[in-house]
Amino acid sequence: MARKLNRRTFLAGTAAGTAATALRFPAPAVAQAASFKIGLLTVKTGPLAQGGIQMEQGILTFLKEKANTLAGRKVELLIADTGGNPAGARTKAQEVIERDKVNVILGPLAAFELLAITDYVRDNATPLISLAAAEDVTQRRANPFIIRPSATSAQCCHVMGEYATKELKHRRAATISEDFAFGYEQMAGFQRVFEDSGGKVVKKLWPPLVTPDYTPFIAQIGNVDCVFNGFAGSNPVKFMRSYADLGLKAKTPLLAGWTAMDDALLRSLGDEAVGVVSAAFYSADFGSDSNKRFVAAMQKDYNVLPGGYSAGMYVAGQCVEAAIQALGAQADDRKALAEALHKVSLADTPRGAVKFDAYGNVVGDVFIRRCEKKGSALVNTVIKTYPNVSQFWTYNEKEFLANPVYTRDYPPARNLEN
Amino acid sequence: MIRPASRIASAAAAPALVVVLLATLPVWLGHHPYYVNIASQILLWAVAALALNVLVGYAGLVSLGHAALLAMAGYTVGLLLQAGYGHLAADLGAIAVTLAASAVFAVLALRSTGVGFLMITLALGQIVWGIAYRWAGLTNGDNGISLAARPAPFGLSLAGAEAFYYTALLIFLMALVSMRILVRSPFGASLAGTRDQPRRMTALGFNVWLIRFLAFLASGFWSGVAGLLYVYYHQFIAPPAAALTASAEILLMVISGGAATLLGPIAGAAIVVIMKNVASAYIERWNLVLGVIFILIISFMPEGLVPGSVRLARAAWVWLRARLPGREGRYTQERIS
Repeated sequence: MARKLNRRTFLAGTAAGTAATALRFPAPAVAQAASFKIGLLTVKTGPLAQGGIQMEQGILTFLKEKANTLAGRKVELLIADTGGNPAGARTKAQEVIERDKVNVILGPLAAFELLAITDYVRDNATPLISLAAAEDVTQRRANPFIIRPSATSAQCCHVMGEYATKELKHRRAATISEDFAFGYEQMAGFQRVFEDSGGKVVKKLWPPLVTPDYTPFIAQIGNVDCVFNGFAGSNPVKFMRSYADLGLKAKTPLLAGWTAMDDALLRSLGDEAVGVVSAAFYSADFGSDSNKRFVAAMQKDYNVLPGGYSAGMYVAGQCVEAAIQALGAQADDRKALAEALHKVSLADTPRGAVKFDAYGNVVGDVFIRRCEKKGSALVNTVIKTYPNVSQFWTYNEKEFLANPVYTRDYPPARNLEN
Repeated sequence: MIRPASRIASAAAAPALVVVLLATLPVWLGHHPYYVNIASQILLWAVAALALNVLVGYAGLVSLGHAALLAMAGYTVGLLLQAGYGHLAADLGAIAVTLAASAVFAVLALRSTGVGFLMITLALGQIVWGIAYRWAGLTNGDNGISLAARPAPFGLSLAGAEAFYYTALLIFLMALVSMRILVRSPFGASLAGTRDQPRRMTALGFNVWLIRFLAFLASGFWSGVAGLLYVYYHQFIAPPAAALTASAEILLMVISGGAATLLGPIAGAAIVVIMKNVASAYIERWNLVLGVIFILIISFMPEGLVPGSVRLARAAWVWLRARLPGREGRYTQERIS
């Protein structure tokens, strides 16, 4: 088809060819001499923009600290705004892979964005270091080109499930989270461990992603020992305010996933957040050397306390550096880079020691924090650290993967009360 | 003397030139897969906008639920492929489902026109979006459905950017030609009649409802085709494809480019896709720029970009001709000699 048309329009084609040679992008002369390109897929417009901007700050802080040179290699960062939707993520992935020819992609932010591009990055053999939490990308649909140094949706929630029964001695819990996959996966992970260690989840509430007023949902909570919430974005701020205003804070303790009590949110929160216990893969309070440097740099450059979004990208940068170091001159081979990324093992990151399992997901510390007021500022103080937490928690990997992925209805909630 | 002949020649030459340009576009773009992919996206959205234009432009019925029809075709392909059917069966099934859904949409929405029609299509679109989002057992919720591969009709794989572009171009040209035939047919005339004078059309013995219903089916059919292109292009479909914002975007393409014209929706699709995907790489506040462009179009060319540009160009030509000093003189000289 194409050839026939070209032959018929030989003249136009020749003219076009000449013009195209002039327009065509210069090919990199020698691969080694060119800089190492990192593509950041983030969200800078729309409702998810806040997290996306923190991602950008995280990787910029890392690259600034390294003077844009990783293991002796000059690094170029290309930032693309996906707009926070799957089609946008796909187009921007094409932009950074096909046009900019990046060596590695960092991001994206949201689970559905990652799911939209996971096959595409494999087909184009480009390594990707994800922040998005979609469980299956490092489980039943594991991808040899993807690693995730942050956490799966349920990775921290498993921990909270055990902490709630064993340490806090809660027996009856209600869960509340947005009505979307990240919420389902978080709540399912909490419910599974909570019930396996002796508790009962008696209520599961799912407000829509955009809920102007949480009062009707909070009113349904009823008689429970604790409420576990998995809100994300700016929703936790609204939710916790209503929760305190309605007087539940004094009666029923509130537990939270990592996005719901992210350190970056603390400055938007007030007394309503004091006492909330959360499980997170990162805490600004953590005392490693790299974390002290990271927190200081973020406060100096952006005047913010970093949270999981920024830290996730900082750690992603460290993974890239370690992989380039391991490969040396071979770092331009994308397949080798993907393999090297899976083998990365770091002793000092802002979230503690980091290594990866066979599926590319991180095995690392999970922190239990309690929100406290120090002076006029809120701080998430680490009260317990669970070391080397895997995405499978303490479950057998094979049995875990034989079950369906966590959803709204799986594992089934057998103890619900009206 | 020469003018009529040259006009005929130019009338035939212009479309031929455009087809030649489009067919050689990958060459112009230096065979760069990224830009060829952007061109494919423009073509697929142009098909969607042309489909909606049948209703908005020629039938005067503004629908805010067309992304749902597009997404329904995409989801049907995804689900049928998952169930183990081949591409051909999945595609035919998707078109059949979309046509059936269009018929249901039409029966419900055509109880009304104007704002009522808009609200009913909006509600129907939201129902489809809700099913895509909430019936996770079927649609996998907001995690969406992935397609393993693009099809390879007659052994030609569409996996590459250019192969897909030529397929999209072929389908786009078919859509364009069929639109032209539809608009110029007696049916097209009667459709415009139901838009402008529905009561007179009824008095003349036309079945206004049936004409609108058939127009809705034609629109639904091409929306389904656009849906096939969409799902094969992205190899992924998720609820945002069916969302109200997606429907509104297609409507914006039609209105900004020029409703009730053949080229308007295509220009609109090009603007939106280029702003969204190319300009956003350079301008952080790209949706602000897109908004300003739409405001400018609505202010200076309320009839849309394509008819508006033609009007402005004509006005400029008339203005120029009136002020060109030599022009009148030369004409008189020619006449004298």
